[in-house]
Amino acid sequence: MWPFTKKKQLELPDFWWEYEEHFNEKLPDSIPENTFVVLDTETTGFSLTRDRMLCIGALKLLDNNIVVKDSFEVYIEQEHYDSDSAEIHGILKKSKRDLMSELEALKQFLVYAKNHILVGHHVMFDINMINAALKRNGLPKLKNKTLDTESLYIRTLLISTVVQKKERYTLDDLAKKFSISRKDRHTALGDAFITAIAFLRTIEKLKPQKIKDLLR
Amino acid sequence: MKNTISERIADFLKNYPPFNAMEAKQLEQLSLEVVIIHKETNTVVFSQNENPHTHFYVVNKGAVALSKTGQSQILDICDEGDVFGLRPLLANENYKLEAKAYEETILYAVPIKDFKPLALENKRIGNFLIESFASNTGNPYSIKHRGKLYGDNEAAERYSTNKILDLQPIKYSTQLITCKEGTKIKTIADLMTKHNVSSILVEKDNLPLGIITDKDLRKKVATGLFPITATAKSIMSSPIITYPKELTLAQSQMAMMKSNISHLILTEDGTTESKSVGILSKHDIMVAVGNNPAVLLRAIKRATDAKRLRSIRHGIMNLLQGYLDQNIPLGLVSKIISELNDASTKQVVQIALSKMDEEPPVKFTWLSMGSQGRGEQLLNTDQDNAVIFEDVPDEKLEETRSYFIKLGERISKMLNTIGFEYCPADMMASNRSWCHSLTEWKNVTAHWIHNPGPDEILLSSIFFDYNVTYGEKALADELSHSIFDHANHYPQFFTHLASGALQNPSPSGFFRDFLVEQDGEHKDFFDLKLRALMPIIDAARVLILSHSIKSINNTAERYEKLAELEPNNKELYLACSYASKALLKFRTRQGLLHNDSGRYIALDQLNKEEKIKLKRTFKTIKDIQSLIEVRFQVKNLLR
Repeated sequence: MWPFTKKKQLELPDFWWEYEEHFNEKLPDSIPENTFVVLDTETTGFSLTRDRMLCIGALKLLDNNIVVKDSFEVYIEQEHYDSDSAEIHGILKKSKRDLMSELEALKQFLVYAKNHILVGHHVMFDINMINAALKRNGLPKLKNKTLDTESLYIRTLLISTVVQKKERYTLDDLAKKFSISRKDRHTALGDAFITAIAFLRTIEKLKPQKIKDLLR
Repeated sequence: MKNTISERIADFLKNYPPFNAMEAKQLEQLSLEVVIIHKETNTVVFSQNENPHTHFYVVNKGAVALSKTGQSQILDICDEGDVFGLRPLLANENYKLEAKAYEETILYAVPIKDFKPLALENKRIGNFLIESFASNTGNPYSIKHRGKLYGDNEAAERYSTNKILDLQPIKYSTQLITCKEGTKIKTIADLMTKHNVSSILVEKDNLPLGIITDKDLRKKVATGLFPITATAKSIMSSPIITYPKELTLAQSQMAMMKSNISHLILTEDGTTESKSVGILSKHDIMVAVGNNPAVLLRAIKRATDAKRLRSIRHGIMNLLQGYLDQNIPLGLVSKIISELNDASTKQVVQIALSKMDEEPPVKFTWLSMGSQGRGEQLLNTDQDNAVIFEDVPDEKLEETRSYFIKLGERISKMLNTIGFEYCPADMMASNRSWCHSLTEWKNVTAHWIHNPGPDEILLSSIFFDYNVTYGEKALADELSHSIFDHANHYPQFFTHLASGALQNPSPSGFFRDFLVEQDGEHKDFFDLKLRALMPIIDAARVLILSHSIKSINNTAERYEKLAELEPNNKELYLACSYASKALLKFRTRQGLLHNDSGRYIALDQLNKEEKIKLKRTFKTIKDIQSLIEVRFQVKNLLR
């Protein structure tokens, strides 16, 4: 055993251990038995080092159902603030919403996410953002499996050289394709909801048998 | 604690009864308790005789079909905003009907335990509930009680979850066109023409006084009895016969028959002493009954939004089912259905055009391609379309194109709402590679013909079945000329096209067994489209194009024409024509049965007769394939 890792790990707070504990359980094989946590974050920008998360929104998807009450929405107090991006998401630094510390938000998120599969549009951005925040607070990276709705969507398109596939598909593209109202675009939970519907409709097209077909 | 999603739900619900009667605060609370459910096509929400769930449902997106288990007949289709599965919860009884997702659907499930207290407290909600359940007496589900006259009616009914067919309240037009006693006849005729209505209501002090219909104008004015400068009073029919607005389909038919009139005026309390709220014409009834292509066609032409067209399309599907049940020749059926499909598309283009901010900068043509272009689109399948616009100076090109791309986006979105899936390969006019000026299209098609790689052949085979749906036909004709010009100068193109037609995998194996799909989501299914329909369609295309005939797109008709052109192969061509119809019918039946595109068939569900029929067409496919192999010397190409 590597002595230093052990020592470092001991400093981790209890909620992290509880979070890690969930990963001893194997994910169910069948898709209806799996809970998916669909998430989106609003940030001050795109830089992992400089920018900060302002809001995390997430909801749970189990067997095609979303329980509205069981959704997750936290606003985070941040020092770094970029007035440019405020125009996109409309979160002002001194907004009236109840703000909480980054650590508290992360803690609540870990309690919420457990070992479920995380789903997002361009999910790696959100994951990296959360990981950066975790690191700032002296915590290890997220351990969850992830699914990206953009790459899932691309898998539904015909494989043919004739069709010039676009390089990127934005959440707006998907919302348009699946005629999902874009009303709450650029609020974390609103985007998470759009992502969830897009995810469901993509799954219907792909018709995967088992959870591993998705995670490939 | 409300959140973004519950706000969104409340925002949706507040537009529909009974939720529109709730206070914002109550609705907010209720929305928080909602569960959002996504249902794939053909999955069951609840089945007949199942114990009541803890929730009732509101359709957010998509549609849910209510029917008796084991009967294909659909009793009602619930659309956006419709509530269903509520009555059993209040009455504490089991579900009387089965609810199935008719298409991909998103439901809001509202818990009854949170809804009930609100319903008891709020009088308006209570009234809504009483009203919508009131007509449900005796055993309304008994098929016996329904006259044959009404056919299969599945007009989606707002507010109703359990009322059916002849007991359904009928949809009437609430946009009343009215005039005064003293209005001149010419003004009246102008008004009626402008609003495209067949009758106008004459009012006095806001109370209905008389009615003037097309018939009155014909009988009393066109005959010279009254001049067009006469007043409304002189020709109107008065007194008028009024009815209360809660009229059912059966009642309104009775009323019209009884008084031998074609229009009913609906008033607040059913007498002439109250304000008129709507007008109901024979046409409205016929649409509600909806088993007649002419009526559907007229309804399509009158539709002003995609939602209306969508409910008409449900009627078209019903008509199709009826035709197949009655074994009406498929040639005729496909003509009627594609005519209706075409009309829907045309109407969509028209509506989209009227919603654009500007007029189109130049003339254009809206082409339907693929199965719709061939007039073989019986079921709602994918939409494939393209736009040709008139040549413009280079500096204007991109500006013009962006207009038509925008138009294309709007149109394909509406088509999608109606029920045509987006093309998975994005071959739609909203894609810039399918939205070109005439010269550009000439260049593109010439490129395909001169460089016939597999991709170009695939594109040609989709594109060359184009058919003008809307706009300038001359543009398409000019393009056709150019295509034939190039093709005749470069005959090898046909060889490549023929080889493309031979590339589809064969339908049967060595022992005349069906070859089924080996993997993927359709493992062990028979791919009817790829293995049987495509080869016969592709063969028809290359043969007819090699004869330089563009005007015929339908596969069966192409073979009939070929039989005429080449008498020595007449027998084979006629067999092909028959086979293509048989296969299309097969696909349509399968599609209607499973509410999908009918492309994949589960072989174990076919009976012996069906299997033999299907296999018989395979021999014809093999024969026609060897004919084109020899004629276009495909072997040389393969070597």
